[in-house]
Amino acid sequence: MTEHTILRVVAKLTIPFILLFALYVQFHGEYGPGGGFQAGVIFAAGIILYTLIFGLDEARRVIPPWAVRALISGGVLIYAGTGVACMLLGGDFLDYNVLAHKPAHGQHLGIILVELGVGVTVTGGMIGIFFVFAGRGRRREGTVE
Amino acid sequence: MDNLMIEALTLVLLTLLAVTGLAIARLRNLFAAAMLTGLFSLLSASVFMALDAVDVAFTEASVGAGITTVLMLGALALTRGREKTVTKMRTAQALLVTGVTGAALVYATLDMPHFGQPDTPVQQHPLRAHYLEASEKEIHIPNAVTSVLASYRGYDTLGEVTVIFTAGIGVFVLLGTARRRRR
Repeated sequence: MTEHTILRVVAKLTIPFILLFALYVQFHGEYGPGGGFQAGVIFAAGIILYTLIFGLDEARRVIPPWAVRALISGGVLIYAGTGVACMLLGGDFLDYNVLAHKPAHGQHLGIILVELGVGVTVTGGMIGIFFVFAGRGRRREGTVE
Repeated sequence: MDNLMIEALTLVLLTLLAVTGLAIARLRNLFAAAMLTGLFSLLSASVFMALDAVDVAFTEASVGAGITTVLMLGALALTRGREKTVTKMRTAQALLVTGVTGAALVYATLDMPHFGQPDTPVQQHPLRAHYLEASEKEIHIPNAVTSVLASYRGYDTLGEVTVIFTAGIGVFVLLGTARRRRR
C-alpha cells in the first residue's frame, strides 16, 4: 500500500495518538472506564493499522516475532508473579495488601501491576494472531503467482 | 424526561441493531458483511453506553468493533469474498433451526427479571453492597469495576489472561512460524 499517500500520512499522524490513548486507558483504569484488556486491544489496533499501511515486513521489524512471544507470555508472568510476590511477603496469593507499608498502597501497586500484565498479554496476543493471519495470506498469494 | 430520552435512544439503537442483523443475513458479499458486523458491535456498544455500562461498552467497542473486524478481514483474505450460493432446501433448514433456537431463547428470557427490577438476587446480594461501598475504603480507587476485576476477583482475571495466552499460543502452533521453519 506504499502508493496511498493520504493513508500513509494520516496513519503516521494518528498512530502515536492511538498508542498514547492506549497507555492512558491502561494507567487511568482505576479512575475511569477501561483497564488492561481495552488498553491492550487499542495498542494492538495501533500496531495493526501500521501493519495494514506499511506492510508486514516493516511491522515485523518494529515488533519481531520473539518480542510478540515475550509479550504474550510476559504478561501472564507479571500477573502470576505479582501473586507469588504477595505470597513471599507473607500474604495470600494475589492479596495485594502486603505489597506496601499501607494496605491501600499495596492494593494500588498490585492493581497497577496486574493490569499491566493483562495489557501486555492482550497486546501480544492480538498482534501475534494478526501477524500470523497476515503472514499466511501473503504466503498464499506467493504460491499463486 | 431524561429517562424518556434514554429509552427512546435505546429503542432506536435496538431497531438499528435488528436492521443491521437482517442486512448481514441478506448480504452475499462477505467483505461488506464483515464491515457490518463491526457496525453491529459499535451499535451494541452504544446500547451498553445508554445502559450506563461504560466498561462493557468500552470493551465491546475496542474488541468487537475493532479487533474482531480486522481478524474477520484477515480471515477473508485467506478465503474468497463471496458467499457460496446454497439450495432453497438448505436455506429452509437453516431458517427452521434458527427459528427454533430463537424461539427457545425468547422463551428463556420470559423467566428473567424485568429490566431494572430492584428485587433481583443481583441487586439484593450482600456482596454487591460490600463491593460498592467497601472498595472505596479498602482499595481507595473510585472505579469499583476495576477493584472488583483486579482485586476482589483477581483469580478470575488471571484465568482470563491465561485464556488469551492459550489462544495466542494455540494460533501460533496451528498457523504460525513453527510450520514455516520445518520446511
